[in-house]
Amino acid sequence: MEPIKTPQCLEQHIEECTAVLQAKLKGTNGKRAVVVCGGTGCIANNSVDIEEELKKEIAAHGLEDKVTVNHVGCFGFCSQGPFVKIFPEDTLYRAVKVSDVKDIVEKDLIGGQICENLLYVDPTTKEKVQRQDDINFYKKQIRIALHGCSLINPDLLEEALGYDGFKALKKAITTMTPQEVIDEVLASGIRGRGGGGFPTGRKWQFAANVKADQKYVVCNGDEGDPGAFMDRSILEGNPFEVIEGMMIAGYAFGASEGYFYVRAEYPIAVSRLQRAIEDMEKVGLLGDNILGTDFSFRAHIRLGAGAFVCGEETALLNSIEGQRGMPRPRPPFPAIKGLWGKPTCVNNVETLSQIPFIIREGAGKFAAIGTEGSKGTKVFALGGKVNNVGLVEVPMGTTLRELIYDIGGGIPGNKKFKAIQTGGPSGGCLTEKDLDTPIDYDTLVARGSMMGSGGAIVMDEDNCAVDVAHFYMSFICDESCGKCSPCRIGTKRLYEMLTEVTEGKGTEKTLEDMKELATIIKNGSLCALGQTAANPILSTMNNFPEEYKAHVTEKKCPAHVCKNLMQYHIIKDKCVGCTLCSRNCPVSCIHVTDVVAKPMVPGKPTMPGKFAHEIDQSKCIKCGSCLAGCRFGAIIKE
Amino acid sequence: MAIKPEVVQGVKDICDSYANEPSPLMMILSAVQKKYGYIPLEVQEIISEKTGIPVAEIYGVVTFYSFFSLKPKGKYVLGICLGTACYVKNSQQVVDKFSSLLGIQPGETTKDGLFTIEAIRCIGACALAPAMSINGKVYPKVTPDQVGKIIEEYKNKEAEA
Ligand SMILES: Cc1cc2nc3c(=O)[nH]c(=O)nc-3n(C[C@H](O)[C@H](O)[C@H](O)COP(=O)(O)O)c2cc1C
Ligand code: SF4
Ligand code: SF4
Ligand code: SF4
Ligand code: FES
Ligand code: FES
Repeated sequence: MEPIKTPQCLEQHIEECTAVLQAKLKGTNGKRAVVVCGGTGCIANNSVDIEEELKKEIAAHGLEDKVTVNHVGCFGFCSQGPFVKIFPEDTLYRAVKVSDVKDIVEKDLIGGQICENLLYVDPTTKEKVQRQDDINFYKKQIRIALHGCSLINPDLLEEALGYDGFKALKKAITTMTPQEVIDEVLASGIRGRGGGGFPTGRKWQFAANVKADQKYVVCNGDEGDPGAFMDRSILEGNPFEVIEGMMIAGYAFGASEGYFYVRAEYPIAVSRLQRAIEDMEKVGLLGDNILGTDFSFRAHIRLGAGAFVCGEETALLNSIEGQRGMPRPRPPFPAIKGLWGKPTCVNNVETLSQIPFIIREGAGKFAAIGTEGSKGTKVFALGGKVNNVGLVEVPMGTTLRELIYDIGGGIPGNKKFKAIQTGGPSGGCLTEKDLDTPIDYDTLVARGSMMGSGGAIVMDEDNCAVDVAHFYMSFICDESCGKCSPCRIGTKRLYEMLTEVTEGKGTEKTLEDMKELATIIKNGSLCALGQTAANPILSTMNNFPEEYKAHVTEKKCPAHVCKNLMQYHIIKDKCVGCTLCSRNCPVSCIHVTDVVAKPMVPGKPTMPGKFAHEIDQSKCIKCGSCLAGCRFGAIIKE
Repeated sequence: MAIKPEVVQGVKDICDSYANEPSPLMMILSAVQKKYGYIPLEVQEIISEKTGIPVAEIYGVVTFYSFFSLKPKGKYVLGICLGTACYVKNSQQVVDKFSSLLGIQPGETTKDGLFTIEAIRCIGACALAPAMSINGKVYPKVTPDQVGKIIEEYKNKEAEA
């Protein structure tokens, strides 16, 4: 691509690229286009090999002039991947294997028939669905942050330009003053998508009001909430959109340098972002005097190194500065004194990804979506015990029921819904009674949880509330940076107390002590990690008091999860004596009894030498492999 | 422990390549960790000499971040995700199975230097929970049953090499 030096030149590129992309999607270029999901999830399921095989097979049939193949970013529905989509028919194939490629080429691309066996099957109606938009999972979604994800080739600036890319940047830097940009963002009502939910426009205004020779935009791509992967998918699927959002932020409050801080666990996101930056530099979309204006901007990438607390903005700044990632006391706020002491705005990936839409389409269009206090859409990472696991972008104010049942397809295996954790390790859980609450920043807080970054983990009756709280506490203990003692020592002590409860050594007094300690940690901690550390405990204690009680008074785990409070048993009446469990038991604690086993085939006699089995409870380490293996339903948890 | 001359040079080269960056320490450490697998004190001294950052400060940074290690890790790092999405789908059982089959705890390395078990927090493949990654390659939906096979796969790879 030639350098893009003027607004007219950009305009022309956008026009051309749009025409090319539309022709590709509509097939008016006389070709069919095959796209393969190249997100982390599908790559783990061999989608790179699928793409290679498609190219090979297409070449073998001499179709190179008639069919194009490329990868795109995450479709969001990763649990159904790898995906292959064919334009212009808009046919979506799911769970594709390398061995299916031959069929796709011969049957569909050559024969013009649909490979029925690769279509998505609706779990309730059992009907096959050909088009993505007709799948329930996608129906209630509005794609603003995920704009272009799973559609454009994230390695090609041309495709970004062909799908609304940099229209907003052009509009901002050539037709709007910085203050007008801030006003527009304020009017959109957008609040930070990274956790706190602070109005983005106000943050920019603070930084704009400070005079300084240098200011910075920092994009927070640390995505610490384990179970959330929206920032990963956005960066992998449309890195250009995030860079554009960052540049608009820079223009708005006067920063000419931007830093992306991305967790090292996301190598694919990092390499796509790197490539996008380089390609933009080549054509002059990053650098000095962009589009011939006075606006100059450079973007850099810094990698995290595995510390959750670095998601906290001041810790993140320390980390970029090459120090231990410990939070700084605030004030001064980063907008006044941030990176290298200069005014800095830290914005989340998803927040920045929505900025181009706001500028391009207008604040009003964004503000028309959502609720009174929370505008626009939010991406949730729906995970855990739900049928349709994946990323969904829905209007603020969508109810949990819509999220879990309409989009998520309900709980697998006809199990009972128990709770959904939002806000990750800083959040809390919501239960049955909250299912019809419209979710936004404020309703979640009112119900003892929070939005966080959008992780939403569904739990069913097989999950133990105490065990889940115990899990979050172990996470927080590991990740406390150690700067303040209420957090460093308090969370450790809370974890030990919870361990006592899960092991049946706790008493009602333990529960009271936990509540008291939780308050101390909350009030005495410097950063939000400590301040919110006890939330998962408090929220599960509030929602499931009887479950905590069972652990300390009856010494029972009602969900049969806590190992010390449950046992595996073999029902002699059902055991056919197949010996599988005893062969698999890692500590050889399953023995035969002298009770003759049930017949293998009902009605037939028991084979000679087959006896029912029994578990020696004193040796059992509760690994669960016997239960997982028994094909006769003879083993139970109690 | 004496550091090989080529490693000394390699570390110096890495330091030089970031000489123009503001606050380059994290970048240097990431690159060294990636290339050599660990960052012992002797290497920190070289970095200190090159950058003028006191060793004490470098040590503080190395020990703060879980990605950096002072000791060499196994040839294959078995990173099993204990992030929330994976945990609620029983990834703890996968960790336990690796532990019992290899006879080491998370954070430890087998005597033959082949495997290190690490409990990690979310690799962004949450929809494929429980997920794990072995030297960067992501394995989706790992069940305790598959653990033996995965270990065999890498042992065979070693035997062939
Ligand atoms: C312990 C802790 C972890 C955090 N992790 C993240 C994170 O992974 N990603 C993120 O964007 N914000 C995270 N935040 C919030 C950031 O401090 C900051 O509010 C956010 O990046 C601001 O961007 P936003 O206004 O666009 O949301 C975290 C906060 C705390 C206290
Ligand atoms: S509250 Fe915890 S994580 Fe935050 S600064 Fe204090 S010790 Fe560190
Ligand atoms: S696997 Fe089941 S049926 Fe077979 S011996 Fe064990 S308990 Fe009995
Ligand atoms: S739970 Fe594990 S240790 Fe206990 S009997 Fe079953 S297989 Fe053996
Ligand atoms: S990675 Fe392919 S759908 Fe998410
Ligand atoms: S929680 Fe395991 S990959 Fe995200």
